[in-house]
Amino acid sequence: MRAARGITSRAHPLWLAYILHRISGLGLALFLPLHFWVLALAMTDPARLDGFLTLTEAGVVKLAEFGLVFLLAVHMFGGLRIMALEWLPWSPSQKSLAAGATAASFLIACLFFLKAV
Amino acid sequence: MTTNKLSVTIERGSDAQEVFEVPAYDNQTVLDVVSWVQQNADPTLSYRFACRVGMCGSCAMMVNGVPRWTCRTHISKVLKGNAVTIGPLRNLPVIKDLAVDMDPFFDKWVGAEGVHHGALTRDDPIAPVDEDSAPRVEANAGIECINCSVCYAACDTVAGNADYLGPAALQRAWTLLNDAKDEGRLAILDAVSGAGGCHNCHSMGSCTLYCPNELDPMSAIAGLKRETARNFFKRGR
Repeated sequence: MRAARGITSRAHPLWLAYILHRISGLGLALFLPLHFWVLALAMTDPARLDGFLTLTEAGVVKLAEFGLVFLLAVHMFGGLRIMALEWLPWSPSQKSLAAGATAASFLIACLFFLKAV
Repeated sequence: MTTNKLSVTIERGSDAQEVFEVPAYDNQTVLDVVSWVQQNADPTLSYRFACRVGMCGSCAMMVNGVPRWTCRTHISKVLKGNAVTIGPLRNLPVIKDLAVDMDPFFDKWVGAEGVHHGALTRDDPIAPVDEDSAPRVEANAGIECINCSVCYAACDTVAGNADYLGPAALQRAWTLLNDAKDEGRLAILDAVSGAGGCHNCHSMGSCTLYCPNELDPMSAIAGLKRETARNFFKRGR
């Protein structure tokens, strides 16, 4: 069964999109309980919350926030992708056009965003 | 014309594998290579084939980790250097060497109601089929399946869930659902919406990518997801 092992047969875009969606979902599921617990500190222990919030100045936490936003973005687009893929009976060429249009609009939005920054 | 030798690794049993030196030819399929080994090096090698022209669906194997129809796969397309590894199809019990037990695959074909549900008798007139109607176009898209089980071997959902009906059986169900001559609509929708049904599919797309006949089981399963959901909400009303 050795030929069946490894990831040879999985190295294609749809499978990679699937695994990215799954892993980002797991990452968010791990993050959310911690997130709610920290938010709850505002009610139960404000002083401790302030102490916690000073952590956000640290470089490593800032880096982690980038990761978090990445996970959120990837998971959201992954979900939209799945819904479009399964609920809209589009032909492959229509799907390619839609993906191209989304990518182009995202690019333009990023350009405007960079200009604003 | 013999130019050089190929190094062919064949998996025999779960951990045993054997390497064979096979003469290379200009025109040579993966099946030719396996046949050369059986006819010239080791007559005990077990494998399965019949038509050799991509119609019967019996010669599929894992070739360098990818499920392929070996009779229509040129060896030059899959060689890494001068080497290739050939194994039995994934997700099916191995009988011996490269021959797998296809029973689970065909049982699921029936389990997905992939059988004809007729309502007419031989005395009724033949119902006309409109070749251009939207449902017929959907049905036609999936009817060239040769039951080779390449999609079944490629599917990770099958690997993780032994009850999952798999891409081929579900595509057959979608074809019948769109067939004007099939009267099994509710039976099919019930069969494909159960525990092992279409909603297990994660749309990984390996079935569509590796189907040797370039069919699209993933989209067929998406069609079943839409149709079972529509049926569920209709029943709820």
